[in-house]
Amino acid sequence: MTLHDTSLDIRAMDPKKLIAGATGNWEIICGLEVHAQVTSKSKLFSGASTAFGAEPNSHVSLVDAAMPGMLPVINGECVAQAVRTGLGLNAQINHRSTFDRKNYFYPDLPQGYQISQFKSPIVGEGEVIVDVTAAEQIIVRIERLHLEQDAGKSLHDQSPNLSFVDLNRSGVALMEIVSKPDIRSAEEARAYVTKLRTIMRYLGTCDGNMEEGSLRADVNVSVRRPGEPLGTRCEIKNVNSIRFIGQAIEVEARRQIEILEDGGKIDQETRLFDPGRGETRAMRSKEEAHDYRYFPDPDLLPLEFDDAFVEGLRAGLPELPDMKKARFMRDYGLASYDAGVLVAERESADYFEAVADGHDAKTAANWVINELFGRLNKEGKTIATSPVKAEQLGAIVEMISSSEISGKIAKDLFEIVWTEGGDPRQIVADRGMTQVTDSGAIEAAVNAIIEANPDKVAQAIAKPTMLGWFVGQVMKQTGGKANPQAVNDLLKAKLGI
Amino acid sequence: MTDLTHMTLAEARDALVAKKISARELTSAHIGAVEAARALNAFIVETPEQALAMADAADQRLGNGTHGPLEGIPLGIKDLYCTKDVQTTAGSHILEGFVPTYESTVTSQLWRDGAVMLGKLNLDEFAMGSSNETSHFGAVKSPWRRAGSNAALVPGGSSGGSAAAVAAHLCLGATATDTGGSIRQPAAFTGTVGIKPTYGRCSRWGIVAFASSLDQAGPIARNVRDSAILMRSMAGFDPKDSTSVDRPVPNYEEAIGQSIKGKTIGIPKEYRVDGMSPEIEALWQQGIAWLRDAGAKIVDISLPNTRHALPAYYIVAPAEASSNLARYDGVRYGLREQGRDIVEMYEKTRAAGFGKEVRRRIMIGTYVLSAGYYDAYYLRAQKIRTLIKRDFENAYAAGVDAILTPATPSAAFGIGEKVSADPIEMYLNDVFTVTVNMAGLPGIAVPAGLSSEGLPLGLQLIGRPFDEEGLFSMASVIEQSAPKTSLPQNWWA
Repeated sequence: MTLHDTSLDIRAMDPKKLIAGATGNWEIICGLEVHAQVTSKSKLFSGASTAFGAEPNSHVSLVDAAMPGMLPVINGECVAQAVRTGLGLNAQINHRSTFDRKNYFYPDLPQGYQISQFKSPIVGEGEVIVDVTAAEQIIVRIERLHLEQDAGKSLHDQSPNLSFVDLNRSGVALMEIVSKPDIRSAEEARAYVTKLRTIMRYLGTCDGNMEEGSLRADVNVSVRRPGEPLGTRCEIKNVNSIRFIGQAIEVEARRQIEILEDGGKIDQETRLFDPGRGETRAMRSKEEAHDYRYFPDPDLLPLEFDDAFVEGLRAGLPELPDMKKARFMRDYGLASYDAGVLVAERESADYFEAVADGHDAKTAANWVINELFGRLNKEGKTIATSPVKAEQLGAIVEMISSSEISGKIAKDLFEIVWTEGGDPRQIVADRGMTQVTDSGAIEAAVNAIIEANPDKVAQAIAKPTMLGWFVGQVMKQTGGKANPQAVNDLLKAKLGI
Repeated sequence: MTDLTHMTLAEARDALVAKKISARELTSAHIGAVEAARALNAFIVETPEQALAMADAADQRLGNGTHGPLEGIPLGIKDLYCTKDVQTTAGSHILEGFVPTYESTVTSQLWRDGAVMLGKLNLDEFAMGSSNETSHFGAVKSPWRRAGSNAALVPGGSSGGSAAAVAAHLCLGATATDTGGSIRQPAAFTGTVGIKPTYGRCSRWGIVAFASSLDQAGPIARNVRDSAILMRSMAGFDPKDSTSVDRPVPNYEEAIGQSIKGKTIGIPKEYRVDGMSPEIEALWQQGIAWLRDAGAKIVDISLPNTRHALPAYYIVAPAEASSNLARYDGVRYGLREQGRDIVEMYEKTRAAGFGKEVRRRIMIGTYVLSAGYYDAYYLRAQKIRTLIKRDFENAYAAGVDAILTPATPSAAFGIGEKVSADPIEMYLNDVFTVTVNMAGLPGIAVPAGLSSEGLPLGLQLIGRPFDEEGLFSMASVIEQSAPKTSLPQNWWA
């Protein structure tokens, strides 16, 4: 794909994004081609399974192996998935698209060509709203999304003098999502890919599993002096994690700046990112670039569908992250950041809504984001494998809201539910963890502390911030069960401060 | 040659059903004919044991009344069709020894209907040729010879093995394929009937691809009725071929003998090419007269873009071929020549595996698709293709039912006669046939007489899309009107 080739330069220069070279500031211009594996049972043009992790060459049909006389037949589910993704990217859906052959020789490309969509992609222009930080939102425009076949895998580590080929991936459907060069930093690129992944996971169109290679990106990077025309770009191929995408951009921008500041010029070329050495290096130069000899695949008719097909898919779309976030802010009164964190994964958002169901939403959000996510991260668990289920956390939140338990007790209770399980209400009842709101009991404790510490009383009257010490003592005596607000009020009244 | 090989397919079918003959007898007779005719080099692989086993199964079904429409009929299969457990080479060294684990859709349908396979028929390498001289397995000799000459003649191509085997009575019919004339030209050269149906009528699944947008399967048989019978079994929708068309398959045989009274036959003036022999011109006029006598209305028509068809064809077909043949890389099947690295392995394998004509077309195809040349060649050729198609559409819209042309510019030529010449001279053989592939239309070649040297000459009828029935009824009129030509003398057995 060619980026940077039309007047695509729409973002205003932001001084905060500039990076400093030896001779002044530079602006990074970046566009991404994200290759997302379509979630489907079978391949784009054959009935072979797409399941990951099978024995080599066990998911290979005659078509995938390009046996003589074999013909591709489009998998309708992959088409539906591409359209769903296009709708999720607020993009134009093309009711007629065509498949082209991209010709090149490689042992893991059995046909000698990849079937892709060159001239007329299934999805046209769209846009993605990306939260870069809690305070900054950008829009990354989508140039196009097209369907194409994945290649197989060459294995060079099986024998000292032979290479092997595994065709399990050969023919698996990929969506190539091409952005316009709207990205200005590594951080933005990471946030953009994260958002794309979130959208596709919501849609169920790509599992976004980077370890299994379900999401990879070709990263186009160039640099320029602020205000100047676009520079020559390099394409960093096949970067396979969000973290590496960020690193690759930073490293490549630095490399280009160094060359330019030394009076050199950038060669347009394809490069590889080596995360181990933290550098990019040339794969092949423009002179040896492939001539892919694209032409329409005569084995496939144009892909055509009507409005009803698109509208049927649209009607079946789930609530997408942007809509969900807006609803969380509106209906639950959450802050933008908290809402964003909760909707990043559909499972988290669903979990939160179950916790918040009938309870105080802000307390629910606070507990899901801080206590639950913190604990899950620490133990390498996910929402799906969380020992604390939504209804359990919901019960805890309810008891906090109704002042049945204090915040401190709630944390103890969360710990018990996490490690032992059980009904939180039952645990509170069985173990006498109910917050003491009975003013008589609290008053007795307050009186006892005041009587035992006349010196502190005198200090507190002189310096009201000493109140905290008394509160601590009362809480200690009541085993943390006293309602802190009630203790506060009572102490203030007794001490006359 | 025994009597049984002198039956027509329709006669044999009826005799089998009437239990006058057995499939085993019929098949044995043809196996004998095949073995006796090795001088023709029509077969790459003979499968007599398989044929007899299939014949015995056919006899059983004929015995218990579960027989299909082709039960017990011995056929030859062009070696471009993949046949399960039987070597399939496409006439190329690069696929020598390749044994498919699958059966092409078209041949599956023939076996479903009870047909018997005698073996795999020789062809031009990857169906690229008009004389069957580009086969890695050697040229096929036509059973026909010029009067008073022993010089070996070509049977035409690329379905040269199919045409020669049918003409020499080695089988009752044969499968063939046609990308630019590869059914019709050899049929015309050998006095047989060959039909290329409408693009999409037969499945291409399991047929080694040459040029996907032009390739179509079809039969070669000794008469129009026999070809209609075969066509019915070969045609049909196949969900495994995205370009095959889902519409019912008529009983084509019923079209034989239908009156053509009131049909309008177009005569395109652009097919009167420079240097066409007066014999061919006379044959054409004769065909016009026969159709007129049968009640057809003859009209002059114009297909103005005809002269661009051949150059455009020789861009489109090689372009697709260059990509279709990329899979023969030595990695997974077929020939592999070792190299120091993968690139050298590719180069050595493909240099050794492909013959000269195939290499030439891969080079042309690669060139016309290259950056900077695509627009000037491939794209323009595609536009011409659209114009050619429109020419035919206009003629049909004006009321023409079919178009009559010569099938070839000349009778068969000698083996080796055109090999050293400019390849363009060989390509000119397809001048009357390529337009039909470019437009995706059905076309039939039917014998119409003999040249002054005693060689068969054929006429071509081009039909409306999916009007194969119309072609069969009109071709049958020509067949009935034409003088009965005698079989070539059996000099090969």
